[in-house]
Amino acid sequence: MSEKRAIIEVRDVVAAYGTRTILHGVSLDILAGETMVILGGSGSGKSTLLRHLVGLERPRSGHVFIKGVDIATCSRKRLNEVRKSIGMSFQGAALFNSMTIGDNVALALREHTTLAESTIKLMTRIKLEQVGLANYESFFPSQLSGGMKKRAAVARALAMDPEILLFDEPSAGLDPVLGAGIDELILELKRAFQMTIVVVTHELASAFIIADRITVVDKGRLIALGTTAEIRASTHPRVRQFLDRVPDPVGGDQEAYLERLIEG
Amino acid sequence: MTVETIGRSAIQKVEYVGGLSLQFSRGLVATLRLNPFRSSSRLRWRTALRQMAVVGVEALPVVCLISGFVGLIMALQGAYELKKFGALELVVSLVGISITRELGPLMTAIIVIGRSGSAFAAEIGTMTVTEEVDALRTMALEPIDFLLVPKLLAMLAMMPCLTIAADTAGILGGAFFTWVTLGMGLRSYLSTTLDVLLLRDVITGLIKSLAFGMVIVQVGCYEGFTVRGGPEGVGRATTRAVVQAIFLVIVTDLVFTAFFYLFWSQ
Repeated sequence: MSEKRAIIEVRDVVAAYGTRTILHGVSLDILAGETMVILGGSGSGKSTLLRHLVGLERPRSGHVFIKGVDIATCSRKRLNEVRKSIGMSFQGAALFNSMTIGDNVALALREHTTLAESTIKLMTRIKLEQVGLANYESFFPSQLSGGMKKRAAVARALAMDPEILLFDEPSAGLDPVLGAGIDELILELKRAFQMTIVVVTHELASAFIIADRITVVDKGRLIALGTTAEIRASTHPRVRQFLDRVPDPVGGDQEAYLERLIEG
Repeated sequence: MTVETIGRSAIQKVEYVGGLSLQFSRGLVATLRLNPFRSSSRLRWRTALRQMAVVGVEALPVVCLISGFVGLIMALQGAYELKKFGALELVVSLVGISITRELGPLMTAIIVIGRSGSAFAAEIGTMTVTEEVDALRTMALEPIDFLLVPKLLAMLAMMPCLTIAADTAGILGGAFFTWVTLGMGLRSYLSTTLDVLLLRDVITGLIKSLAFGMVIVQVGCYEGFTVRGGPEGVGRATTRAVVQAIFLVIVTDLVFTAFFYLFWSQ
């Protein structure tokens, strides 16, 4: 039963920028050791949801428990403690451009641990090896290709041996071959470390390869949650539309359109 | 409609002042908390040293050149009026006092705003846009500690140094004028300057330079952290950092000068 413990609990999270509500009371449990894919279209709120999981945004109301700590309301110090057990890989890699790849990976170790420099160097090399970037320590991010940058960002996220790994659009902007390479990397990490992995994506193929469970976000609400097989068999109209890649009808609902114009 | 516009701009002003004050206090607390015996603090000092070279040492030639010219200009402008009274030798004290009390620190601040204030906004703004600042946060590193504190340390160390250089260059600019017009030698010019200058004049200038340095770092970083909307946002933030910093430096200058006039002039 210990396998079924929820490591991330999202409770009724409402997120809003100004008067625009992005998430309408989202609740979600992510179990320790599982790979959860948050699937959704552009502007569905899936990235906002992910940002709430590391406290980059604090919800307007609701709670986000990470290992039992409510990061929606806890102190900054507490939040930073929680963050040390989370690694995040950003959509655009977000490597520090003024540092070498090695320094990028070593940064968290240098800042948060008292390890000797030689140990840090060694650990950096191991992390880079894991993502297939051995011998690239002294390169600067600008010297790497898009796919390599993403891998380096994963190595940086792994630096502190996190229990939770978050990916924002891991294969965005990569060609299908490189994208598949990142999927393979995620699967490897899952096999090797039993980490809890949360992936936000709109890539269907990639989602079904890496996921244990999938949740579908649409207009700020979770409309489906289940194993890959359950999602594939879903009869929810919006989920079906997403899976079958049916475009939204153009100018379909005249009344709603007029309403939007007036409200906007 | 106009009421709405006025209200919105008032809210923005309040938000700006509030955000800047909050960042100011956080930056100050983080700087004071730097423990030289902790390894992460040593990393800050190392970054700060690198910043000092960029902010201070590399700015030295241009600060000296401009201050020298300003000293010369002050001498020329002063002589224009003093000549009428046949008191041309008073140019020496005019230049000495106006440079050390006011123009040395102020010109230094203006140059540093152009060189470094804008660079801070551009650097941090780019990092904000590319999610590097968010990446720092997720790595449990406070962007204020990591990005602002080293810049603040560098600025607090270098602004007084640059100001002393500017004072010297300005006074030498005045010396050039008296040498040409009155045939006064450098030695007698400098000894006259030392006679009229009070230590207070130099110290008030240096205190002001510290305050200016603080303003430049805070405004530059604040504009960087609050960048919205991609690369063109970074451009806008850089411009705003320069304009706001010049404005706030002048306001700070006014406050300090008034304070010194009221409480430290006798």
